[in-house]
Order: sequence, then structure tokens, then C-alpha cells
Amino acid sequence: MSLPQQTLSELRRLLGAANVLTEKEDLIPYSFDGTAALQQMPGCVVFARTREEVVGVLQLANRTRAAVVTRGSGTGLSGGSLPSPDCIVLCLAKMDRIVELDRANLTLLAEAGATTQAIADATSAAGLFYPPDPGSMKISTIGGNVAENSGGLRGLKYGVTRNYVMGLEVVLPDGEVLWTGNKCVKDVAGYSLRDLFIGSEGTLGVITRVLLKLIPKPAAKKTLVATFARMDQAAQTVSDIIAAQIIPCTLEFLDRTTIHCVEDFAKVGLPLDCEALLLMETDGHPGPVNEEAARMEEIARKNAAVDVRVARDDAEATRLATARRSAFSALARVSPTTILEDATVPRSELAGMIRFVAAVAAKYKLRVGTFGHMGDGNLHPTFLTDERNHDEMHRVEEAFKEIFDEAIRLGGTITGEHGIGVSKKSFLPKFAGDAQMRVMRELRRALDPNGILNPGKMFDP
Amino acid sequence: MSSAVSHLKGLDYSVVQQCMHCGLCLPTCPTYDATKMERHSPRGRISLMRAIADGRLEVTHAFADEMYFCLGCLACMSACPAGVNYAELFEHARAEAECSGVLKSPRRNLIRAVAIRWLFMDLSHLRLAGRVIRLYQQLGLQTLLRRSGVLKLLPKRLQELESITPDIQPRFSAQLIAPVTPASGRKKYRVAMLTGCAQDLIFSDVNRDTVEVLARNGCEVVTPPRQLCCGSLHAHNGEWGMAQELARQQIEQFPPDQFDAIISNAGGCGSHLKHYHKLLADDPAYRERAVLWDKKVKDIHEWLMEIGIQPPAGPAPAQVVTYHESCHLAHGQKITAQPRQLLSLIPNLKLVELPESTWCCGSAGIYNIVQPDMANQLLDRKLKHIQSTGASIVANGNSGCLLQLINGAKQKGLNLRVAHPVTLLAEAYRNARGRR
Ligand SMILES: Cc1cc2nc3c(=O)[nH]c(=O)nc-3n(C[C@H](O)[C@H](O)[C@H](O)COP(=O)(O)OP(=O)(O)OC[C@H]3O[C@@H](n4cnc5c(N)ncnc54)[C@H](O)[C@@H]3O)c2cc1C
Ligand code: SF4
Ligand code: SF4
Repeated sequence: MSLPQQTLSELRRLLGAANVLTEKEDLIPYSFDGTAALQQMPGCVVFARTREEVVGVLQLANRTRAAVVTRGSGTGLSGGSLPSPDCIVLCLAKMDRIVELDRANLTLLAEAGATTQAIADATSAAGLFYPPDPGSMKISTIGGNVAENSGGLRGLKYGVTRNYVMGLEVVLPDGEVLWTGNKCVKDVAGYSLRDLFIGSEGTLGVITRVLLKLIPKPAAKKTLVATFARMDQAAQTVSDIIAAQIIPCTLEFLDRTTIHCVEDFAKVGLPLDCEALLLMETDGHPGPVNEEAARMEEIARKNAAVDVRVARDDAEATRLATARRSAFSALARVSPTTILEDATVPRSELAGMIRFVAAVAAKYKLRVGTFGHMGDGNLHPTFLTDERNHDEMHRVEEAFKEIFDEAIRLGGTITGEHGIGVSKKSFLPKFAGDAQMRVMRELRRALDPNGILNPGKMFDP
Repeated sequence: MSSAVSHLKGLDYSVVQQCMHCGLCLPTCPTYDATKMERHSPRGRISLMRAIADGRLEVTHAFADEMYFCLGCLACMSACPAGVNYAELFEHARAEAECSGVLKSPRRNLIRAVAIRWLFMDLSHLRLAGRVIRLYQQLGLQTLLRRSGVLKLLPKRLQELESITPDIQPRFSAQLIAPVTPASGRKKYRVAMLTGCAQDLIFSDVNRDTVEVLARNGCEVVTPPRQLCCGSLHAHNGEWGMAQELARQQIEQFPPDQFDAIISNAGGCGSHLKHYHKLLADDPAYRERAVLWDKKVKDIHEWLMEIGIQPPAGPAPAQVVTYHESCHLAHGQKITAQPRQLLSLIPNLKLVELPESTWCCGSAGIYNIVQPDMANQLLDRKLKHIQSTGASIVANGNSGCLLQLINGAKQKGLNLRVAHPVTLLAEAYRNARGRR
């Protein structure tokens, strides 16, 4: 059941032939996203450059009941922009203007296809700060960030994408344009539809513009690297820092395997003779920054840190953060298929969770590299495998089931930031429970009665 | 040729599979940046190669075209945390395209026969052609024809090509450089210097400068008059067999155990020269020597910084210089600091950083000839950045880029000097000597 010629010619009329791709060589590169071992050919790929074009595509799709999978840069890690069979992939990467930076109200308005990096750069050039910085920020789009409610390295102190979205322009499945939110700091008129679309993974509407909150750039920051002989010492350090009521902006964790892979790529001089590494950063006014840094160092040393090093300058701090962002991809140096998880637990349970992951990996005879946003309780145990080894892939699945069960048992969640997509679809009902599932289904049906947006993702109708 | 083995299917699958499609390379890829289409991105191209290796895609015309739309600039390799060997994938993919014959057309076949098989397999042919063009330029024919408007009768592509034919040097390397140049002062090293193909015709002066600088810093320099092409042109254009043949001949001409280093002063050549062991991995007669060869090949900047050079004595005329990185020097050989260090040793030279210094200028081997639109876009972008630095000299360590920039500056009427770092260094030495 491929897309009818009629639909394709209508799309060409709407968008221009150059913006409608149908050749096999054009489609194969869109048959996957950042998620391992998932692949599906779309019916076509189209590029919209304006809101009106998005409206046109959705009206056509709604009329002809064609499935639409919205795509930013395809870095998602739960299969969110994986095509459904013969769908229209609606790619927003060409709709990437930064429309306005309002210094008076400290906001930025961008089209959905603008990259997170472009937004961070424009903001920084104006002396302001947009904190969410997912590892993929060089290329991920702000639309994708909003649709996944992405986190980053600074979530601990600054929160995630949701905390910076003030308004959204969304095209609904029937083509109607909805604007939710505004530049006001306070607004309680009606339901917060804005919050409904954040994290909706392309299932409720197509986000075309995003209004973001900006904050002043912190005057100072300090970056520390602490190394440990045991992973639970690093975990304990994090728990102790939080318990001491210090909220640094970054508390990132890398285990031995990850450290080696990252150093191999980034060559930033990470110590190679340790089991665990914490990248810690505090920012704000110079006085408190120095004080917090000193206290974090003290806590790390109390937990038997082998070494605590302070980044010399901004450039070194940036190099360290950039190196950390490469962790997931760098793990692929060890084995071709890297399947990472995103289970998140309350921070008091971290040390236990880390031990559990290690035990499960041993039980199923799997290689694992773990890194993640430890300060958020959000770890990414990454199994290093080969998708052609079916037996091993099966063991990976079994291991994940156990990890999810444990996360839920500890009061955690099955995904901290990568979303449900297709990867975690089967785990959602158990985690969310009947009442939540019913409300989510009804909401989705109300907005998308014909089920054209990202069908098969998150949950079935 | 069409029955030849599949290069991509024959490749170790782990190389094809290494890309975990994270997309982190996308923003560094010039063709993705310009088009925002995945097919024109590293991740997209690798997915097509993998589809062929998996048998999900035939080698089609569109696939082959795509492999030639790729600049081969290797910016994606520097950006890739997963360690994907794009250089290897790319060469095999182009070889696959050539073997399949999908691109064959009488015109293309003729051009390839003349350029790749005739001109660059035996450099005496290239020098002959060089002399003909030189004659054309020296006799004033070029100026005459250009003025007369006769050239306007040529098809547009040929007109464009005519306008970018480089000025051929009055003398080639062999006429400027003795077969063996003794070290001035105590001899510390014995090195071979590869004079190159295009380099020899168009930048024989850079070759002379290289030898001068080496000799000044304790190297005895061996430069036989009859040299070979390194084979990168062949490998990058899908002629695997010819590239292997040239590699063997190079190793015969410069047995690697007889030199402390084998010097290349062109980033593109050096990048290829350092991987002969891959080319000759299946050749028992050469395999081991190829490994040693790869170790001995040094880019000129790399070698000079490694042995530590005597800085030229000052004072010298003030000059403001910016540095444009050759892709294959920066991404292929990971040599970025040394050329800057070398330039900084020149007295009174102010080095201004070039924005996007590692972004391809569009030269990319013969890319500017086969993909003029994309190449010109990249050239414009590069020239704008160069102008923004306020420098009057742009330094660069690769003949292809030097040519591209010279042509660009000429077309735009810019008052910009384009020079190899080694030339600037040689001038500084000469300056210092002149004063003494
Ligand atoms: C190396 C690497 C590091 C990463 N690090 C992090 C990290 O630190 N934190 C984190 O949270 N995530 C991280 N991710 C995951 C991923 O980058 C984020 O989910 C990102 O927000 C996806 O953006 P994208 O533009 O690539 O979206 P895509 O992958 O193209 O799409 C993601 C989902 O959003 C939907 N969507 C995209 N655009 C729109 C739109 N305009 N309107 C409606 N729906 C839309 C799609 O349908 C899909 O469901 C990482 C990924 C990689 C590969
Ligand atoms: S080539 Fe490297 S950086 Fe690019 S998508 Fe593949 S793994 Fe990621
Ligand atoms: S070699 Fe250059 S043009 Fe080709 S895919 Fe890599 S970055 Fe893009």
C-alpha cells in the first residue's frame, strides 16, 4: 500500500518537486533515526519551509488518511522519527530561522527546525543563556527537543526543555493552527495546552515555532573532574552533594569503558586508570561558585576520590563538556551496536541502581558502558553488542526488562529524557497504569481522530 | 570491468556497520549544510553504502552520482566520535561505482582515459601537456584568445575550465632542484622529497622552497627528477588497481628503509601516501615495506616541527597572514597545530585565525572541475571569511586548495596573496641571509 500517485503529485504541487523525495536512494537515508537496530522505509520525504506548507501537507494527509511522521534531525533515541510503513516523512530541517531575540522580555522565537546549537549561539552572542544542552545539541532541532522534552548536562540546576518553553505554534492534524502561551511570565487562562504538546513525540500536532525563555549568563563557573576507584564511590559523592544542599549545574558520570572511548576520540586528557569519573560544574556569582566548588571537592575526597582536578579555564571546561557529549557515540568504538537505556531513579537510590545494572550485565553476559546525568538520577547503561548476533540481542532485551522493573520498584521511570517512541512502547502501560493510559488515548483521539500523526508510536489507540 | 568483485560487499562488515547514525557529523558536512538533505550527509551516504553491502540496493546511477557529490573532505571523520573510517568507505564506494559501470558515457570515459590513465599514470605525459599549456600561455595566445572573444564560442563548461587553467611554472621541479641537495651545516637526516604531479607543474617553486628549508635544517634531500603520482587521484576516483600499481612503484623508487623521512608538501597527497599499507595489504611482496613506508611519510609541517627548526632571524617586513587548512591535512592527517607553529616562527608575522578554517574550499581534488556549482559556493564562503580577517596573505598547505584560492582571488579581483607556509618560511630565511 504505497502512497498513491495522486498524493505525491499534490505534494509536489504544494512544496515544489525538489522538496518531495521518492527515489530509493533518497529514502534509505531517512529510514532510521538515532536509535539502534530500527529500520523502516517511508513512502516519501517532504520538506516544508513555512507554516502554510505544513498546513497544506497535514490537510492533504488528513483527507487521504496518509500517515505523517514529523522529523527534525533524526537523532532521537526511542525511534520517534522512525518512519511508519509508506508514511510521509515531514522534515522540518529547512525551516530553521531564528525569528526574534527579544532583549526586553528575554525571549527567543525560532522556527522548529533551528538547531539547539544555533539557538545557544544566538543567545550567547546577546550575552544571554539558554541552558538545555542535550548531547546532540550540535544538530538536534528545537522542535525535536520540545517534542521529546529533552534534557541535557545542566538539568540538575536548570531543568529540561519544558522549563524554557513559553509558547508554541502548533499545526493540528486537520491543518488548523494553534498558538499556545505568550511572553508573559504568568498565565493561567485555561488548560496549559503548551505543556501537553511538550513531550508529545509528534503524536498530537506539528510544532512550527517555539518561544523560549532566556536567562542571564552566569558570571562565573568552575568545572571539576573527580576520579574514583569504585563506581559506588562516585554515586555516593553525588548523593552526598545533594544531601548537603548543593545544586551544581552539572554532575555527569562516566564509567571506565566510557572514559576510554571518549578519551580515544576527544583526547582531552581524561585519566584512564580509574573506574568512575564525575564531571562537576557549578556556576553563578564568583563567591558562591568558589565556595561550592571547594565543598564538592571536599565531599569527593571524603568519598575516596583518587584525584580531583579543576579545569584551568573556560576553554578547557568547554572541551570537557564537549567530550562528555560524545560519550554515547564514542561507545560505538567498542562494538557496532550500542543500545542505551534511560532508566531514571530518585537520586537516593543511585548507588543501588548502579550495582543492579552491573549485576544484570554479568548475569546475561553482556558488555556494558554506563554514563549519564547522575545528578538527575538519570543513567544511560549502554549495552555494547552486535545487532547481527540474535542471541545476544535477545539477552539485551531480557536485561532491559529487569532494569526497568527495578527502576519502577525504586520509584523511578522507564525513560528520563529519550521518550517512549517504539523502543519503550510495550513498557508504558505497566508504568503509566490504566487511568493514565485511558486519558492519554482519549486526548490523542480528540486531537487526531484519524490517527495520521506518528501512528504506532508511544501507544496504540 | 563490470564483472569485478563488489568493493563494498567485500569490505570488512564492521567498517560498514561502524556508523551508529547519531548524526553528530551532519553539521560539519558541507554538502549537508548546503542542502539539508540526508542523502548528501555522511550518515546518509554511509546508509546507502551499507544498503549495497546488505544487498538492499543495487549500484545505481543515483548512488554513483552521490558518491561523486561527496567532496571527500573527511570533515565527517574528525567529527565522528564512533571512529567511522569514512575515508576507506568512500574510496571503496567510488571504486564500486566505477566497477559497476553505471556512470559510463563516451565523454566521461574519454576524460577519465586521458586524465587518470594517461596523464597521471606516467608523469612525463603530464609534463608534456604542461609544456603545451605553458606555450599557449607564454605565446600570449591565452590573452589573445580571451580578448578576441573566440572562447565565447566554446560550450559554457569549457569556457569555465579554460578560465581556471592554472599558470604553468616556467620551470618544473627537476630544473630547479638538484637530484641530491646536501644539508647546509651538519647533516642530521636523509630525507626524500616527493615533487608530486600537479605540484611539479604549477608549484615547482614551492618544491624548491621545501628543499631549501629542509636543507637549512640539517636534512640531505633526495629528489630524483623523474617522479610518480602518489595515486590519490586514482584511489579517490575509483581506480583501485592503478592506485596499487603507483604505490608499488613509489616504494621501489624510495625504499623506505633508506630514508629518515619521506616528505610530502601537499596535504592531499600526504593523506593518501600514509595509507599504502591498506592498498597493499593483500600483496605479500610489498605488505611489510608498505607498513614501513607509511611510518616514514611525513607532511612537511609535521616533519619540521618534529625535528625542531632554526627560526629565521628578524627583523622582517610586517605581514598579516591567515591560515586555511587543507581538508586532507586537517581531517585526513590531523595536522592542525604544526602549520600554525611554523608560521608563528616567522618574525613580524601576525597570524589571524580564519573563521571556519577547516571548512572545505571546494577544491577537493578534481571536484571543482566535476561539480562546479557546489565548488563555487564553497569558494565564495571561504573567500568571504578570508576577507573578514583583514589578512593580505592566506597560507595553505595543499596544491589543490592553493589553486582554488588563486583562481577565486583572481575572479573576484581581490588583492590577496596565496602562499604555502613553507614559501613564507623560505622567504624569511632568504630575507635574513640577504641582510647579513
Ligand atoms: C549522541 C546523542 C546524544 C543525545 N543526548 C541527549 C541528551 O543529553 N538528552 C536528551 O534528552 N536527549 C539526547 N539525545 C536524544 C535526541 O537527540 C533528542 O531526543 C532530540 O531532542 C531529538 O531532536 P531531533 O531534532 O533529532 O528530533 P527527531 O529525532 O527528528 O524527532 C524526535 C521526535 O520528535 C518528533 N518531532 C520532531 N520535530 C517535531 C516537530 N517540529 N513537531 C512535532 N514533533 C516533532 C518526532 O516525530 C519524533 O517523535 C541524544 C541523541 C544522540 C544521538
Ligand atoms: S559517521 Fe559517525 S558521527 Fe556520523 S552518524 Fe555515523 S557514527 Fe555518528
Ligand atoms: S567527506 Fe566531506 S562532503 Fe563527504 S560526507 Fe564527509 S563531510 Fe560530507
